[in-house]
Amino acid sequence: MNPAGFFEQVRRAWAIAKKDIRIYYFKGPVLIFGVFMPVFLFLAFFMGSRQLPLSFLISGLVGMTLFFTATAVSPAIFPWEGSAKTLERLASCPITIEAIVLGDMIASILFGIGITVVTVIIGLLLGLSLLHGITLLAAIFLAACCFSAIGMLLAVPPTNVPSNIMMLSSLIKFPLVFISGIFIPLEQMPAWGLALSVCSPLTYFTDLVRYAFTDAHYFPVMIDIAALAVFTVVFTVGTMYLHKRTMPRRM
Amino acid sequence: MTAVIHASNLTKVFGNSTAVDHISFDVRQGEIFGFLGPNGAGKTTTTRMLTGVIPLDAGTATILGHDIHSEPVLAKQGFGVVPETSNAYTDLTAWQNLMLMGELYGLERTRAEHRSSELLGMVGLLERKDQKVQEYSKGMKQRLILAMALIHEPELLFLDEPTSGLDVQSTQMILSLLRDLNRQGTTIFLTTHNMEEANRLCHRVGIIRGGKMVAIDAPEKLKTAIDRVHKIEVSFDREVSGDALAGLTGVTGANRTGDKWQITTQNKDATIRSLVTFGQQNGAAIVTLNTLAPSLDEAFLRLTQEDKP
Repeated sequence: MNPAGFFEQVRRAWAIAKKDIRIYYFKGPVLIFGVFMPVFLFLAFFMGSRQLPLSFLISGLVGMTLFFTATAVSPAIFPWEGSAKTLERLASCPITIEAIVLGDMIASILFGIGITVVTVIIGLLLGLSLLHGITLLAAIFLAACCFSAIGMLLAVPPTNVPSNIMMLSSLIKFPLVFISGIFIPLEQMPAWGLALSVCSPLTYFTDLVRYAFTDAHYFPVMIDIAALAVFTVVFTVGTMYLHKRTMPRRM
Repeated sequence: MTAVIHASNLTKVFGNSTAVDHISFDVRQGEIFGFLGPNGAGKTTTTRMLTGVIPLDAGTATILGHDIHSEPVLAKQGFGVVPETSNAYTDLTAWQNLMLMGELYGLERTRAEHRSSELLGMVGLLERKDQKVQEYSKGMKQRLILAMALIHEPELLFLDEPTSGLDVQSTQMILSLLRDLNRQGTTIFLTTHNMEEANRLCHRVGIIRGGKMVAIDAPEKLKTAIDRVHKIEVSFDREVSGDALAGLTGVTGANRTGDKWQITTQNKDATIRSLVTFGQQNGAAIVTLNTLAPSLDEAFLRLTQEDKP
């Protein structure tokens, strides 16, 4: 066994993910937040925008659910563990910072996918038909990776005060929802809105979900997938690099 | 003897303050090395650098043959750490904490389970293994942390104030475990404030002051080295003359204290030989003979206060 080898580090990252799921995700309030928050946002828009078709809103709901759940807990894990000194324990273990970040991402990916599947089932129960199931599965997986990397990016500032990170997280997450074609179709957006929306990975995921449910899409499917893949790689590499730099300042 | 820790010019700077200032030392295989110093001297910073928790600003640290900067995972694989503040996951049970450590050190599940049972039994927590750590007392948490650090049977163990604030029972249990581990070959790097603990446990101690290493030696040598004038307490079975004692080779003074004489000397060995000869020549048998070495406390205070403004 080479403790520093790639596969051994991935194995240890899985241990981190299991620990996260046990400690941070399998909590009533977290699960309830994951399900209820997107549902209530959806209901608010459903009541207020009756002219928008259900299929459009459900696609947006799926997009929001994955985005909010995959980024809900991960930004706060490092600050929590920093203040509880458990991060110091991890830092003295034979696991790289990249593997710790990967472990946190895996937990957030699994949580995001789990809750999003519930939302997809709600959509199906409401009468929507799934036209491109494989595309939807691929999109959910890819977007979960991308959003969990965003969640970890939000945790980069080396503070051990979770509320500071959650405030920053809300400041970034909520505007993204409004520029990503969830409540306003991309076709109806002004030019400046569209220019902003192409910078958000949520735009491409929502477009793919819409394609999966309605066959309609704004960008070509391959462009959506490629964009999500590029965002995922850039955010993952970026978050690992930045955490490696800021980790010593948390200790 | 092989050095399991080789620190060379270890340096850490925080802003304008140099917390650790080019310190160098070796810790030999199989020894218990005590790392002493007053608050803020740089003990914990040094330990954190050696364990790879914070990076070095200058110098090198080789742990078990691996550079902690360039091969951190390989270096960390060989040692265990017991930090000052308890850092088990309080939302997990003791068993879950140990299994997590097992996975982080790459142990197979069956071996991790076997080690966890063994270690929990050793630290007296087996019956409470399924209880969440948040319900544990401080002593129980510290014993669990020790078990977590030992899950992979490390060759080297770092402990930062392991008995600080613990009850007598937990303290004794931990110290006894450390002695047993050392007998079985584990090298121990112990940071402590407790001089008595260091005196009783450590083969050698290093004293750090203001980020600089001021002394490294065996506790007994360190105690005697700080005083150039030594004291010897002697009593005879009959009256002897103070002037005669004061005139012996090596003796610089003789003061009576009760039924004993307190002899001051710069050469203990020569003085003890003179006293024995004096007794034989004068028909006076020695009843008691004690060398009065300063305590490690005194040595520590002397070494850490020298040159202080």
